Amino acid sequence: MRYLPLSDTDRGEMLARIGVDHVDELFADVPKNLLLKEPVDLPRRKGELEVERILSRMSARNIPASSVPFFVGAGAYKHHVPATVDHLIQRSEFLTSYTPYQPEIAQGTLQYLFEFQTQVAALTGMDVANASMYDGSTGTGEAVLMAHRVTKRRKAVLSGGLHPHYADVVKTLSDMASDETVILAPDVAGTEDILSQIDDTTSCVVVQTPDVFGNLRDLKPIADKAHQHGALLIAVFTEAVSLGLLTSPGSQGADIVVGEGQSIGNALNFGGPYVGLFATQSKYVRQMPGRLCGETVDADGNRGFVLTLSTREQHIRRDKATSNICTNSGLCSLAFTIHMTLLGEAGLTRLARINHANAVKLADQLAGVKGVEVLNRTFFNEFTVKLAKPAAEAVERLAEKGVLAGVPVSRLLPGAGLDNLLLVASTEVNTDDDRAAFVAALKEVL
Amino acid sequence: MLNRQGRPTTPRAHGVADPAAGMGDQAARLQGDATRAAGPAGGSHPTFTGNKALAQVEPLLFEIGRTDTTGVDLDEPEDFAPRLGGLERREPIGLPGLSEPETMRHYVRLSQQNYGIDTGLFPLGSCTMKHNARLNERVARLPGFADVHPLQPVSTVQGALELMNELGRYLVTLTNMTAVALSPKAGAHGELCGMMAIKAAIEAKGEGATRNVVLVPDSAHGTNPATAALIGFRVKPVPAREDGWVHVEDVKERLGPDVAAIMLTNPNTCGLFEPQVAEIAKAIHDAGAYFYCDGANFNAIVGKAKPGDLGVDAMHINLHKTFSTPHGGGGPGSGPVVLSERLAPFAPVPFVRAGKDGFELVEQESDAAEKPFGRMTAFHGQMGMYVRALSYMLSHGADGMKQASEDAVLNANYIRAGLSDLLSLPFGDKPCMHEVLFDDSWLKDTGVTTLDVAKAMIDEGYHPMTMYFPLVVHGAMLIEPTESESKSSLDLFIATLRDLAFAAKNGDTERFTGAPYHAPRRRLDETRAARSPVLKWTPPAPVAEAAE
Ligand SMILES: Cc1ncc(COP(=O)(O)O)c(C=O)c1O
Repeated sequence: MRYLPLSDTDRGEMLARIGVDHVDELFADVPKNLLLKEPVDLPRRKGELEVERILSRMSARNIPASSVPFFVGAGAYKHHVPATVDHLIQRSEFLTSYTPYQPEIAQGTLQYLFEFQTQVAALTGMDVANASMYDGSTGTGEAVLMAHRVTKRRKAVLSGGLHPHYADVVKTLSDMASDETVILAPDVAGTEDILSQIDDTTSCVVVQTPDVFGNLRDLKPIADKAHQHGALLIAVFTEAVSLGLLTSPGSQGADIVVGEGQSIGNALNFGGPYVGLFATQSKYVRQMPGRLCGETVDADGNRGFVLTLSTREQHIRRDKATSNICTNSGLCSLAFTIHMTLLGEAGLTRLARINHANAVKLADQLAGVKGVEVLNRTFFNEFTVKLAKPAAEAVERLAEKGVLAGVPVSRLLPGAGLDNLLLVASTEVNTDDDRAAFVAALKEVL
Repeated sequence: MLNRQGRPTTPRAHGVADPAAGMGDQAARLQGDATRAAGPAGGSHPTFTGNKALAQVEPLLFEIGRTDTTGVDLDEPEDFAPRLGGLERREPIGLPGLSEPETMRHYVRLSQQNYGIDTGLFPLGSCTMKHNARLNERVARLPGFADVHPLQPVSTVQGALELMNELGRYLVTLTNMTAVALSPKAGAHGELCGMMAIKAAIEAKGEGATRNVVLVPDSAHGTNPATAALIGFRVKPVPAREDGWVHVEDVKERLGPDVAAIMLTNPNTCGLFEPQVAEIAKAIHDAGAYFYCDGANFNAIVGKAKPGDLGVDAMHINLHKTFSTPHGGGGPGSGPVVLSERLAPFAPVPFVRAGKDGFELVEQESDAAEKPFGRMTAFHGQMGMYVRALSYMLSHGADGMKQASEDAVLNANYIRAGLSDLLSLPFGDKPCMHEVLFDDSWLKDTGVTTLDVAKAMIDEGYHPMTMYFPLVVHGAMLIEPTESESKSSLDLFIATLRDLAFAAKNGDTERFTGAPYHAPRRRLDETRAARSPVLKWTPPAPVAEAAE
């Protein structure tokens, strides 16, 4: 087997050195009747060529985003990732290292984490960011738990504009922990009355902007009302590029900002791995979940970085820890930070403007199609359209015509009576031809 | 006079009064920066730059980048009427950029300050740092896996669903369990998933209010008690015994109508297989509770024993350990959970199901015939890791996976045999599984600690073992070589540790307490980092202010 360096001669010599005759003597503690005599019922080993063939065949049964006019979003976005990013994250020293427990030989990881934390804090307008969560949805669940610790209350109010998967993740966790969650009705127009839901028992309000229907939400009044009642505002985003163009959640008064960083540096990957961004104010740092990288000096007085404030974490605090998270999204945060470095502020803000411009163009063109109504007053790179027929059906027919048109709202919110609504996203990857193809196909389908 | 790393320079040696003069913006800016960027370990022959040939010093991005620099060519869009409703950003962000060649150098230089499996032996116990085949990287990047969206029509991702289904079949077969929940994002998330399934099953039986205690051995990883507590269970410890094993009578003593589950790691964190595991499982089941198994150490027994045969109800599998998806400096991982027949109905959404027209994806609780407890994450989990893990399994096959486990166990025992006369084995000199645990009693009266030994190993070119875990032995050193090491590699490693052991015992404490001497940094001050946390870069104070 190509991955196993020991030869049979080596094995024999090693067993002799250990003082046993057969390797199974080393498995003596496994109950005799449970030690398998034969290999399990799976195929035997295969060469590289054969494995690649099998997996290529499976891959070929999927339609990649790059191969068609592509407008699917709803929490994961197709962006162009520069070749440099994928090259760098595959360097052995990044790819094959562990969590930086031995900082003297992990400064590469630690320095980029410090830079990543600085970038995320700047982008969100917050004081501190952690070294990543698994993704935006699990990060949101953790943010709610953190708010409960800070406020010593146990009721979260979730906006009807929060991505339904995110709401489900929060609700699953909260139900299990016997905490209360109030989930507002789906808020297609972005006009829900969330303020009246906030009272002195509220721990936190969770508001996504741009919301799942694409609307931009003014967080300031929500933050003010939450703070009047001693509650926290958790601001959520699923499209990190939007922060290049929109006023930061921090500047609007958010106490915790959490979101999905996939758009920067990371491929679609059919849903994962992605990277959760998590930021808050300095005063709450000790209630934060996840790893934190901090600056220090070495024995010679040189600057260096280490994982720090670990008394919050499971390996020290065990059942009193702020979270159970251990492994996070290291390499995805590296991809994020490299892409962000390539973009810089000038590139990020321009990328965001291009995304917005493309979405505006698309919205205007779709609005001209009979049987299509664009519902949003505001949006960034994604919006909701109302079709003359069920969106799931239309999307299926459009796929047959080679256009991946978006996400039917019914896929996320079945039974909500929103069957004719379609979420449509447009990023820098879309061309005039893509838009023309979409419009033409849609005319045929409706 | 400071050079660009902020270290004092000796201008006279270079024959100029101010070597930074005329060097442009960057050098000038760094002149005023009171923060000290680091140079490699000191010593003789100082250089002007602080670099030591291939050992390059790299300032922070924020010290070399500019907000008006970009390494990406994009055209400004034509004029259009924005739809931002007055919520556009007015304040600058403060994100510096670099051109592409500068970016390449920044990260290549950083990478060179890291140790990876490809660098050398990485015996980090409990972490299974095995070879990461590049075939797996290649196939994970096939467009049909990497460039598909989780919410595009199911009819356009049949191959992706087939892959998930196939991975699930492999995991269920290797463990002899009934079902698998693929979506958890890492080991700890898998623990949470398994414990949620247990909680749901208990609630379904109407015992939710009364069964709220989880037994956790003291040797368990911190994620176990943290997970149980996260969803409202009370943790009751099971103390460690002299022999490193959990005893069935210690478990029985703590069992009662209030116990929901035990979280047992097997093979355990002391590197030992739990010989009474079947009896423990029976006792747990007889008491109406569930057996959660932490499968972080599955690498010792893949193809040798099936957890389902041992009475396990739920077990997470770290694909980023056992099935070699790269650790990537701290993730991403993937923690699928296999479930017994008793727990299978409670598996969370989403899951893949074979339908009459191909594979279906069950995303809503209402679409499931079973009783899913909810959802762990947006979308469907770590597809990128699924592809890599399946590639590993197809490559090894049933025969190769069994051989890998045997080699992993053989390698650990070979290290044990090579060191047992010098280092101390807390539970006696008996066979271990895929990792061998030493304590620090061999260091008694040497003035050297486990931490010092770890740092001295760095100087010898090794990544240290896991230190101070598990907590049940003093000064733990947990060594897991994995099956990826050759005999000659192990021989040199053993010889090195023997040399270190002699040095410690012969009073050469300086080799340890000052270590590392040869790493990109000397020993870092972790206390200082925690006492006054600096968690992001902030611009240096203007010079005038700094002078006050
Ligand atoms: C025994 C044990 N359990 C659980 C975990 C947690 O796994 P993860 O880091 O993937 O969340 C680890 C890994 O560090 C471990 O060693």
